[in-house]
Amino acid sequence: MSQFLQFLFSGLTEGAVYAMVALGFTIIYNASDVVNFAQGEFVMLGGMVTFFANAAGIPLPLAALIAILVAVVAGLALNRFAIEPARGASVVNLIIITIGASIFIKGLAQLVFDKRFHRFPAFSGDDPIRVLDATILPQSLWVLFGACAIFSGLWLFFARTLVGKAITAVAANRLAAELVGISAKRMMALSFALSAAIGAIAGILITPISPTSVEVGTLLALKGFAGAMLGGMGNPLGAVAGGLIVGIVEKMSAGYVSTNYKDAVAFIIIILTLLVLPTGLFGKARVDRV
Amino acid sequence: MAQRLLNHRAFGLLVIALIIAVAPLFFPSTFYYRMGTAIFIAALAAVGLNVLMGLAGQVSLGHAGFYGIGAYAVAVGPATFDIAPWAAIFIGIALAAAVAYLVGRPILKLRGHYLAVATLGFGILVSMVLTNEGTWTGGPDGMGVKRLVLFGYVLKDRAAWYWASAAVLLVGAVVAVNLIESPTGRALRALHDSEVAAAVNGIDVARYKLVAFVISACYASLAGSLAALSDAFITPASAGFLKSIELVTMVVLGGMGSVIGSIIGAAFLESLPQLLARMQEIEHVLLGLIIMLVMIFMRDGLFPTLARRFRRAAP
Repeated sequence: MSQFLQFLFSGLTEGAVYAMVALGFTIIYNASDVVNFAQGEFVMLGGMVTFFANAAGIPLPLAALIAILVAVVAGLALNRFAIEPARGASVVNLIIITIGASIFIKGLAQLVFDKRFHRFPAFSGDDPIRVLDATILPQSLWVLFGACAIFSGLWLFFARTLVGKAITAVAANRLAAELVGISAKRMMALSFALSAAIGAIAGILITPISPTSVEVGTLLALKGFAGAMLGGMGNPLGAVAGGLIVGIVEKMSAGYVSTNYKDAVAFIIIILTLLVLPTGLFGKARVDRV
Repeated sequence: MAQRLLNHRAFGLLVIALIIAVAPLFFPSTFYYRMGTAIFIAALAAVGLNVLMGLAGQVSLGHAGFYGIGAYAVAVGPATFDIAPWAAIFIGIALAAAVAYLVGRPILKLRGHYLAVATLGFGILVSMVLTNEGTWTGGPDGMGVKRLVLFGYVLKDRAAWYWASAAVLLVGAVVAVNLIESPTGRALRALHDSEVAAAVNGIDVARYKLVAFVISACYASLAGSLAALSDAFITPASAGFLKSIELVTMVVLGGMGSVIGSIIGAAFLESLPQLLARMQEIEHVLLGLIIMLVMIFMRDGLFPTLARRFRRAAP
């Protein structure tokens, strides 16, 4: 039992990060129909920029803020210089553009930083806290509460603010939204900025637990993507649930079966889900018009 | 006469065959034979993937999985089961075809992003098995591969590999070109344009997608085998995500649906790191930049875009 609880805690922590990545995917996907494979690079930028800014003598909170800003600028640039000019391109083209962007950002980060693994100290110490039969790291709580804050903040943003509703409107029908005076372009830029910020925050929160390097983005993006798919592409709540499920299943299989195949189990489940429920857990059935 | 020759579907391949034949005259060192071999092998995989992507319009982000199956068939087969390397090539192809059939049947029902993530998952699974089953595959460090022996002649000379891989590529390209013009190719193009319209016309959409998937898997496996045999060494990275992306990029850069385009795309992407070798630090930056620029400004890929410009310039 205590073992199960332990795996559950670490699964939830890992899953919260995947959920944030999946949420980032979902926001961009809804606004622009683009599956952004560079999503993981925002997470990487969050961790790496914070570390190097901190190492340069800037206090951690300020360094984190700078990292979020850097990621937001990267997100805005990605939208402005790669996604906007490619409007109307096919799905495959867009996938490859964002993969190109991911390679580009990774390459730049390698030039500016280095290839080694880095971590910075946990925000409130490393003494594990006892919960029932298991322990949990204070940083895990930071991740979980951070993720919860982001989820509820986003929910409020989309459900309660005019700008949030404008983004939803653009996602639902771009042309109709533009007809009522919403600037679709601006909303798209905003969704890229938002999604980059969420990614960066995820990266900052998780780095004290699992060290970051230039390379971490790819696998994070894939698992976040998998979570978003599992929950049903385009559904924010589904993205959160999907991300958490991927994280928990991964840690359980690592704990009970084998760590060698922990990355594989996540994908096996995703493939099975896609085959049984092709639109994910919470996706609506799709009707095609011919 | 000249016009007919120019429009013939094999004309482009003839030009490429000529370039391959003449190029060695200008090679300053044997290193270029090796580069040519790498280009031809990558091109073979790209030509196969093009059957799936360009012709049938289905994405695969996991094709390096089949490449890896072929590569490890010629590595593990001779080392563990004492199979002759040439026979292992065919066992690899048969294995890749069987796996493609089993995996493809359920997966190809999916579309768009869902198909992308499913194939991606498949590719990652294969590379993970190759990495983790270290007793057979040597794990993440890879393993040596026995040399290919054909009719008592050990194939290890760089020039020999240049000619051998070029020959295989040309045969593969001719098969692909003929496939495009065959009834199967027409059915695939039809379902690419509209699955519903194709189905209405009596095309078994699921079956033809599967056919394209299996064919492209065979190409990838053969290419993987050749790569492993020519390098005499193999690592699981050859089946990894980046390799899959490289293959997709070759097809899309060259131009989906064009066999010659795939070869050009492969040549471009394979030689890029060599051209940039002096600027190794910015290699990835430039690679990402070039991929983005081509996709944004030449959406149909390098070859079709340039061919169109050329035709417009010379009516």
